[in-house]
Amino acid sequence: MSLLPYLDICLALLVVAVAFWTIAARDLFASVVGYVAYGLLLAFVWIRLYAPDVALTEAAVGGGVTGVLLITAGKRLGGLRNVGQGERPGFGLSLVAGVLAAAVAGALCAVILMLPDPPPSLAPEAVAAIHGAGAGLGNPITAVLMSYRSFDTMLEKMVLILAVVGVWSVGADNAWGGAPAPFRVSKPDAPMVFLAQMLAPVGVLIGIHIFWVGADEPGGAFQGGALLAAMWMVTMMAGVAQPPRVDARWLRVALVAGPAVFLVIGLAGGVVAGSFFAYPPALAKPIILFIEAFMVLSIAAALPMLVAGSPGERPDR
Amino acid sequence: MIAFLDLLSIAAIAAGTFFFFAGTVGLLRFPDSLSRLHALTKVDNLGLGLIVLGLLPRAESALSALKLVVIWALVLLSGASTAQLIGRALRRGRK
Amino acid sequence: MTPSVIAGLLGAALVGLGLYGLILHPHPLRKLLAFNLIGSGVFLVFGIVARRGAAAGLRFDPVPQAMIITGIVVAFAASAVAVALILRLSAVGRRVTLDPEVPTRPDGGDAK
Repeated sequence: MSLLPYLDICLALLVVAVAFWTIAARDLFASVVGYVAYGLLLAFVWIRLYAPDVALTEAAVGGGVTGVLLITAGKRLGGLRNVGQGERPGFGLSLVAGVLAAAVAGALCAVILMLPDPPPSLAPEAVAAIHGAGAGLGNPITAVLMSYRSFDTMLEKMVLILAVVGVWSVGADNAWGGAPAPFRVSKPDAPMVFLAQMLAPVGVLIGIHIFWVGADEPGGAFQGGALLAAMWMVTMMAGVAQPPRVDARWLRVALVAGPAVFLVIGLAGGVVAGSFFAYPPALAKPIILFIEAFMVLSIAAALPMLVAGSPGERPDR
Repeated sequence: MIAFLDLLSIAAIAAGTFFFFAGTVGLLRFPDSLSRLHALTKVDNLGLGLIVLGLLPRAESALSALKLVVIWALVLLSGASTAQLIGRALRRGRK
Repeated sequence: MTPSVIAGLLGAALVGLGLYGLILHPHPLRKLLAFNLIGSGVFLVFGIVARRGAAAGLRFDPVPQAMIITGIVVAFAASAVAVALILRLSAVGRRVTLDPEVPTRPDGGDAK
């Protein structure tokens, strides 16, 4: 009799409890802290599903960066943090919402218990495609992202750029081109500056390492890029660096570099390798790593810009 | 030799787990934020350190052993810094 | 109860919890947080499809897993746009609310 199923059930109950806390907490800040813990716990669930790549992404982006985004937003909303305390919905609405939520969750449970057997799978196709075009990659997820479904991955990078453009565009008209508000206005604490100065070089190294081993082991451009982005945000929070102006040429080049390189190489594949987004088999691995390097750059530039927000926001807002 | 290393692993991990347990109890039971912070730092420094020590003989290679130590060092750094930051925020809040 | 069934039921519970919070919380940031809970529940349900689709010598189906990774990043990007809209709403209106009855400032908030 193994102990693991019981641990799985305990972990699931813990995740539900923390999720409940993020919904039930009175304070926005407490709720966001609960959400970060929830993201880290969820990473354990992903590891139990044999998905270490997803676990890394969930911990870094789902928990960490989203938490920073919400805490920063809550601070910028300032005194309005606990807005709407007086307009609590009535008992009737709560009951209806609870019944509706329970019904949806129950229906999903029923679907999960009735999933078809044997399950459908794209794994054979993916493995075949990996041995064809993405030769030399030991990590099947990276091979799927960069070779089997490469078009999706490139479009997803475009979505990131569109989101940055969207965030910049909702700023006030007269602030266009300026820098987003700094992460903190007061003089930063000495421990924060120390942390940023000590952590940032190590974190950048680890981010590049995660990107590099992503070809063969869990890791990759998303996870490595998210780590680099986190390091940039730590330095900005410590006041060691300031958010750049949104019309800075280098920033825009860094944002566009990933999808642009991806697209150019994909188009070139049509001429050299016979089809759109195909790579010559002998050069597949170096080409994929080349594209991924620029993707890391774009992700590392895009995520902090998404968190930093629209240009010219006054910090007291 | 192997048996000795196994014994060392078991002892260190058990001790580390004890510190995690004690720290969690402290986090839940201590009355104010500063003492809760005190309980937490024990978990970071000693609990994780002992567990890393216990896992070292079981590492597959020197590189993964090094990674374990780096993880501990990073947790030490971030734990100590955030404890300082929380402490300062508390002191500011009291004034 | 295999790990994938437990994770699937967990995903369903998260969707339910998130939906409840999304409907009931008046604060837009709390709504956004609840929406993210729904999102991660959906990812988990999709994740067990990946786990069950283990074949061809792998312990998982890499295609859904890769899509979940892109999905998490896209969900974050969408949350960032939502946060920017909420902050803008607070700069323009007197109160942060999604209630269309609440009037906006006459100057549109563009100055300063």
